[in-house]
Amino acid sequence: MRSFEFLQAHSVEEALALLALPSTKALAGGTTLVDLMKLGVEAPARLVDIQALPLTEIAVTGETLRIGALASNSAVAADPSVRRLCPALCDALLSGASGQIRNAATMGGNLLQRTRCPFFRSHDWPCNKREPGSGCPAHEGADAHHAVLGTSDACLAVHPSDLAVALLALDAEIGIRAGHAARQVSLAAFYRLPGETPHLETIIGAGELITHIDVPITPLAATSRYLKLRGRASYEFASASVATALHCENGRVVELAVALGGLGTVPWRDRQAETLLIGGPLSEAVINRFCDALLAPARASAANAYKLALARGAIRRMLESASC
Amino acid sequence: MHNTPPSMTVTATVNGQPVAITVDVRRTLLDLLREDLGLTGTKKGCDHGQCGACTVFVDGRRVLSCLKLAVTTSGQAVTTVEGLGTPDVLHPLQEAFMRYDAFQCGYCTSGQLMSALAVVADESLTTRDQIREAMSGNLCRCGAYQGIVEAIIEVKARSHAAGSEDATPDAIV
Ligand SMILES: Cc1cc2nc3c(=O)[nH]c(=O)nc-3n(C[C@H](O)[C@H](O)[C@H](O)COP(=O)(O)OP(=O)(O)OC[C@H]3O[C@@H](n4cnc5c(N)ncnc54)[C@H](O)[C@@H]3O)c2cc1C
Ligand code: FES
Ligand code: FES
Repeated sequence: MRSFEFLQAHSVEEALALLALPSTKALAGGTTLVDLMKLGVEAPARLVDIQALPLTEIAVTGETLRIGALASNSAVAADPSVRRLCPALCDALLSGASGQIRNAATMGGNLLQRTRCPFFRSHDWPCNKREPGSGCPAHEGADAHHAVLGTSDACLAVHPSDLAVALLALDAEIGIRAGHAARQVSLAAFYRLPGETPHLETIIGAGELITHIDVPITPLAATSRYLKLRGRASYEFASASVATALHCENGRVVELAVALGGLGTVPWRDRQAETLLIGGPLSEAVINRFCDALLAPARASAANAYKLALARGAIRRMLESASC
Repeated sequence: MHNTPPSMTVTATVNGQPVAITVDVRRTLLDLLREDLGLTGTKKGCDHGQCGACTVFVDGRRVLSCLKLAVTTSGQAVTTVEGLGTPDVLHPLQEAFMRYDAFQCGYCTSGQLMSALAVVADESLTTRDQIREAMSGNLCRCGAYQGIVEAIIEVKARSHAAGSEDATPDAIV
């Protein structure tokens, strides 16, 4: 591990001032960052420990559930109001990592975790995400874990977060601070497709701090659920996952949300395709048409085409088992 | 010209004992325990969060000591397997692990015990499937999973029986 200067922030203002220094990274639970520093994939000159900041609150105000960026993944998953208002969020968190990791992992860190692509994690290989312009070995032979949606010639790496998939279905917004400026960005606009610049993963700039996540409290969110399919029963990243929320009246779909994980370079949702399901009953034929539209942009190889079948199965299982 | 790598003093409690020690900022809590304090009960399996062998308690919660920088431990209370029981007076979990053959080589065992401690304390975990899921962050290459779960079920039932008369291992399905 390359050495670094270790700094501790005691207030949000102090953290922002320190994060403005060059080559500086925030340290939250460390479960991504320390791992990647050991691998030499991350090598910041300075670490700012932000764990003492007062950003751990989970609060309901009016129509919004606000979750502090430093709330632990376990604290959020165990919170009764989060469970009642948006169950998919709890289930997505509980499907991720292990009890030990969730105790340390924070909400902000989860959103900013890096891909598990083996080429990204090892200096033995070139990787456009780790070292822009060096190439992408996955293009000669994508393996079973590479992405089928949102890929580019430069990158096929899957976004690994379960939390982000649930938040995408829940229309969540991310609260961000830089210096004295605060902004709020929808999760749908938070992640960037790799395109030619796979090293730029989110709209967060150097020196910015995630302060909170806002989830709108709606009847739809209260119906949300999360299903994760993977190579072993637990402690494993998704091969395919789906977050759904569904509101029906008289057997017809009034409102819904379907977000996919494990398939995309970013968490995936297609609101245009969702309109195919609105207004009618949920027949097998219409669910198939929806899956066709949702997965139409996919580019799969023999090694990862199974993800398309998994996603279809997961979507069908979730929609058919929902009350409508 | 040599630059001394940045170091800092960590002040914490480990198994109830106050500790003040100056370490390289890159030191993990796992290496501090094993290399600096000689507490080698906590094991290094993968060093990357993927096996659970390094599980310890920090401020009452189980975490992976391989992914925690030692310098973030100041002011915190760490409990390792050495703080669980002694060879003469075993912790009920240690005793149950022996009776249920919950290990072969023993390499994963201290991590399993620390996780098991959290699982026994968590009253929301009542079924066998819930216990297995809650223990999934601790891999055992010897495949002693069956015995580990049986040992936990027994200790859980006994600790609940302290509160309610009729709880037995059979109450857990
Ligand atoms: C073995 C293993 C299995 C895992 N399995 C899963 C899984 O199945 N599903 C899943 O979703 N995740 C999984 N994870 C990932 C885990 O959820 C993340 O590592 C964790 O959520 C990161 O949070 P952290 O607080 O530890 O972040 P850190 O490691 O501290 O930080 C991660 C990044 O975010 C930045 N950062 C953190 N907080 C902020 C903030 N508030 N503002 C700005 N920047 C910030 C840091 O600078 C760093 O770049 C797994 C991890 C491991 C090690
Ligand atoms: S050594 Fe820490 S999880 Fe494997
Ligand atoms: S007893 Fe050998 S690894 Fe678990």
